Amino acid sequence: MSAVKNYDHPTNADRFNQDQARTHWHDSSLWFIREKRDRMARSLPEWETLRATASQIKAHTVGKLADYLEEFERNATARGVKVHWAKDADEHNRIVLELLQKHNAKRIVKSKSMLTEECHLNPWLEKHGIEVVDTDLGERIVQLRQEPPSHIVMPAIHLKKEDVSDTFHEHLQTEQGNYDPNYLTESARQHLRQKFVQADVGITGVNFAIAETGGLVVCTNEGNADLGVSLPKVHIACMGIEKLIPRVEHLGIFLRLLARSATGQPITTYSSHFHGPVEGGELHIVLVDNGRSELMQSDDFRNSLKCIRCGACMNTCPVYRRSGGHSYAATVPGPIGSILNPLRDAKHHKSLPFACTLCGSCSDVCPVKINLHEQLLTLRSEVNHRKQLPMSKTFPMKLASWVFQRPGLYAWLGGIGKFFLRTMPRFLIYNALNPWGRNREMPAAPKESFRQMYAQRKKAKKNDPS
Amino acid sequence: MRVALFVPCYIDQLYPRVAMATLDLLEQVGMEVEFPKAQTCCGQPMLNSGCDRDAAPLAERFLEIFDGYDAIVAPSGSCVSMVKNHYNHLVHGDPRFESIRTKIYELCEFLVDIAKVESLPVKFPYVVGLHSSCHGLRELRLASDSELNAPEFNKPRQLLQMLEGIQLADLKRKDECCGFGGTFAVSEEAVSCTMGRDRIADHLQAGTQVLTAGDMSCLMHLAGLIQRDKKPISVMHIAEILAGYEVPQ
Amino acid sequence: MSSKDQILKSIRNKIVPAADLPSIDQDWIQYEDPLAQFSEVLGMVGGAVEVVNGPEELAQKLAEIPAYSQAKKTVSCIAGLAGSVNLNDIEDPHDLEDIDYAVVPGEFAVAENGAVFVTDAKIRHRVIMFIPQHIALVIACPDGNVNDAVVSNMAQAYERLVWDSNHFGCFISGPSKTADIEQSLVIGAHGARSLHVFFLK
Repeated sequence: MSAVKNYDHPTNADRFNQDQARTHWHDSSLWFIREKRDRMARSLPEWETLRATASQIKAHTVGKLADYLEEFERNATARGVKVHWAKDADEHNRIVLELLQKHNAKRIVKSKSMLTEECHLNPWLEKHGIEVVDTDLGERIVQLRQEPPSHIVMPAIHLKKEDVSDTFHEHLQTEQGNYDPNYLTESARQHLRQKFVQADVGITGVNFAIAETGGLVVCTNEGNADLGVSLPKVHIACMGIEKLIPRVEHLGIFLRLLARSATGQPITTYSSHFHGPVEGGELHIVLVDNGRSELMQSDDFRNSLKCIRCGACMNTCPVYRRSGGHSYAATVPGPIGSILNPLRDAKHHKSLPFACTLCGSCSDVCPVKINLHEQLLTLRSEVNHRKQLPMSKTFPMKLASWVFQRPGLYAWLGGIGKFFLRTMPRFLIYNALNPWGRNREMPAAPKESFRQMYAQRKKAKKNDPS
Repeated sequence: MRVALFVPCYIDQLYPRVAMATLDLLEQVGMEVEFPKAQTCCGQPMLNSGCDRDAAPLAERFLEIFDGYDAIVAPSGSCVSMVKNHYNHLVHGDPRFESIRTKIYELCEFLVDIAKVESLPVKFPYVVGLHSSCHGLRELRLASDSELNAPEFNKPRQLLQMLEGIQLADLKRKDECCGFGGTFAVSEEAVSCTMGRDRIADHLQAGTQVLTAGDMSCLMHLAGLIQRDKKPISVMHIAEILAGYEVPQ
Repeated sequence: MSSKDQILKSIRNKIVPAADLPSIDQDWIQYEDPLAQFSEVLGMVGGAVEVVNGPEELAQKLAEIPAYSQAKKTVSCIAGLAGSVNLNDIEDPHDLEDIDYAVVPGEFAVAENGAVFVTDAKIRHRVIMFIPQHIALVIACPDGNVNDAVVSNMAQAYERLVWDSNHFGCFISGPSKTADIEQSLVIGAHGARSLHVFFLK
């Protein structure tokens, strides 16, 4: 990771696109998943009903979130779970560290949790002398490379098998030049088995928390969450407060949508339901706000709290596919990330709402029907109201609006513009000041506008009414 | 039926033939068409750039100019969607908005749903690649998209299929975005051009001779790439094809 | 004020429009032959299905699986089927690290996604579902009717489940897998390298 992080999406995306072969490879990998998702969606006649139902359950839950959080805590506590509350990332990290120190834990295994990524838990724990091993294969790969994940479901989707092979050769002493995914996965299995067996505490994320029962559901394909928390006596589960659902029967909606949307599988290999700690063990749940309750205020953006982190919006996004997750410079990239990050930190993430053609594909794949592209449009003006857009972007719009309110001036300027477009030498039109012309021709300017042609046509008709 | 012709500003200035074809088509199906000449721009470039306060006066003007017609028709899904789906934030309960919202149509939508066109007297012996412009597709629902699990339909395609001798190209990705996206085409130039070139490659493998769409903005971007890369594809707006205009050489 | 109170206050301060809970009692998919659907989907996700008559046939079919017949250490949680290690004699779950094959009871199967629900209600160490190299799940069909043990969809699955006790429960659909390296599907990520489901009549 470079020392100075560049937050500007166009700059990062431009760099990504320098290697067109790799850009196309990245695009095809994700499109392959999008197509798998389509086949899954079409295999269920009730797909759209499921989406609508899930969306409404989430709307209901957000409307009564405080009540459900209290119900969840009550029921979890009754089962012997210890529930912790964290206002922000720092408090979350402190709580986890204290728990680990209390158990004198030095080695931790952690399954995929975007929340702990958001809170930057790993560097915090490492600073305090604790080894944290990410056990999801993709997460382990990027962890060894000291990179952030580039996708929330497939953290290493930006890497080729050659990259993984080099990384494993360096860190796990695998055979140099062996690019076979079977060999590489087997090597990681052996390496991580040791980590599982040595671990003092297992940390997991949470896919769903059930208010009615005080239980949690964690979904993985690899079985890493289950292995990670079935050997040690202590399980710490970290979750954003929006992961709550009211009743256990609602899982019958969400588990049908999650994996189908995420990877085009009918369900994840393991969908594990934790109710209370193992006998003689401890289960801690850390409920984290970290800006989520602020999102509830706005009618425009509240819907983004429905997100179940399936990643389908990333897989379908034509911009994400051709710019890579790292171009977003944020834990959650893609359409949903382009909403969540600027709302939290508009100064740094101001380019993200514009990293979008407003094509609307994300809104139509979203399993909880978040109106993603509409929010991205609204967010652009929000970023402007927060004074984060440069004059070079806002002034031309002010000027254009002023002209468009004066039809005579508009028509006159249109005539002049077309004249110059027709008569100017190429080098004056195609230069560094015109990004359009770098790879594209300008349209050929006609002699007359439609309004001129229309006026003549009308006049001609008047003179010759036949 | 008294129809107001809504001509997006860039079509007025750069693609008058498209507006003329639209006018011809509407008259052919028996509409009494007027072009309110005070019209300029619907305000979409401003809103999409985050300048909602600069878009608002243009939205107000639009309601003023287009109030009172039986229908408003434009050869652009994007500009129609701007009025229909995004004006509500800009015009704050203006009573004219509710009626305009229900009377504004994209051209193909109008021809199929209102004018009930069932045949068109046009020969077009070419392989035509139909680009599904996103706003028409996902905001106006002119066709079913590949994301939703819903019955299939496609209004622009339905019209094209009425032409004699036409063959429609079979695309690998039938409704992926071309990468125009308004100011995106300039601010995210690299991704925009990669997206555009990917669409063109799909049309080339499908044998497209004439590339068409309901939105000239997508086509302006794609034509710019086709011309620069010297690809053997002609570009026409769907109105030009349906009105029986010649393929430009 | 505690963090809990601050978070709850921050939430309660927001004006959020109320939305009703939707009914989940809807017309969800029903398969004519749930067992066939289950078998097809499980096959797609890398598992295999057998219907057996009694523990003898179970043992016989297991013996045909090389991973079982070649296993050095096996665990069985099925009455009438012996394993080389007795789970109840194990104090520390870490001692199960070298189990090659485990045969574990499954509660019922789900046709739409090839999943089997398992619980640790009668199993001393739940890690036995995850740590062996290979695993078989055995679903008892006491009346001999296999389709009683297969529900069509997840809504029906949750109707069957109660959560009064603190038991761990899991839907397992096929062997452990990953596609984290260039989207190449590899079976046997951390958990079982193979998974067989037996319906025991």
